[in-house]
Amino acid sequence: MRIQQVGIAGTLESSDITIHIEPNEGKGIDIELKSTVENQFGRQIRSVIQETLLELGITDAYVRANDKGALDCTIRARMVTAVNRAALGSYSPWEVK
Amino acid sequence: MSRLRRTMLYVPGNHPGMIRDAHIYGADSIMFDLEDSVSLREKDAARMLVYHALRTLDYGNTELVVRVNGLNTPYGRVDFEAMVAARPNAIRLPKAETPDDIREADELITQLEELHGIEYGKIKLMAAVESALGVLNAYQIATASKRLIGIAIGAEDFVTDLKTTRSDDGIELLAARSQILFAARAAGIDALDTVFSDVNDEAGFMQEVKLIKQLGFDGKSIINPRQIEIVHRIFTPTEEEVRKSVRIIEAIKEAEEKGSGVVSLDGKMIDKPIVERARRVLQLNDAVKNSYFSTR
Repeated sequence: MRIQQVGIAGTLESSDITIHIEPNEGKGIDIELKSTVENQFGRQIRSVIQETLLELGITDAYVRANDKGALDCTIRARMVTAVNRAALGSYSPWEVK
Repeated sequence: MSRLRRTMLYVPGNHPGMIRDAHIYGADSIMFDLEDSVSLREKDAARMLVYHALRTLDYGNTELVVRVNGLNTPYGRVDFEAMVAARPNAIRLPKAETPDDIREADELITQLEELHGIEYGKIKLMAAVESALGVLNAYQIATASKRLIGIAIGAEDFVTDLKTTRSDDGIELLAARSQILFAARAAGIDALDTVFSDVNDEAGFMQEVKLIKQLGFDGKSIINPRQIEIVHRIFTPTEEEVRKSVRIIEAIKEAEEKGSGVVSLDGKMIDKPIVERARRVLQLNDAVKNSYFSTR
């Protein structure tokens, strides 16, 4: 999948994360993270974001994440939704490959 | 032993905080909602969130139910595809009107179970009836699939369909509640009541819970954790009821051992329906004792 436009998912409520993804053609992955728990979990949040992009085959993207204490499964879900919206895709993790 | 379904807590499907904490309040079942509590442009986000939560989080012994969008909407089919793969205990179909609605859902779940290598019949179904047509077809709906474990009434849409509104005493729902209950009992499945929306009206809520328990319902959908303890308290047999039921069962056993045809206790004849009720009280009491979060 290729990021074609801005895609946003999530809210600013507690335990959620807002993901904003936009094209970053030819420049790789850039992640800008703001988190209420950055000191303890910043590295972990970045790694979940990276893993999800890798799983979706995204090589170029500018990701801005505003985290309010989201669990890993929430970060993953919001990432996939934002990428689907930005790449005009319909990646479905439940599909049998 | 049959599962207790006294309380089914609604959890909006696009709310990570509520999804994370849903089981800590002790409801018998949690119902993750992809339907009315999710706006049309967030359907994809809610589905993805509930899928990941169900695949990842541990909710202990709590029964997990997902209310999907109907198969006559653009979201229904993909909701089923995602949710069967996420393996909740049951899928709740909203706005069921005919047995064909249930059969269509049943067939789709069967296909998806096969696709994912899930044992046939593992994913159960619940049907919510929310219109006059649905109420009139309640028995046909309740018997349309072996997956069905419960039939529920959804009052807000139903009263709108009837061209009325909800009142304090619920007179407008009486016929429908009764019909749903008859259908459930005749089909051998659970009867589940609708939500009570005013969380601050505790007295009104208690009155409604007592009413639906007296009618024979197994439990109620709830929208706020504060309502759980009230329902559980009202549905838990009193110690006096339990004591009496134990004595009835003992009297029956003793009579059977003696080969006596007529049984009496404290001068009153004990017949089959009394024994049946006593068994139900003890079953409910055992279930309460064995439940993860006992209210006693």
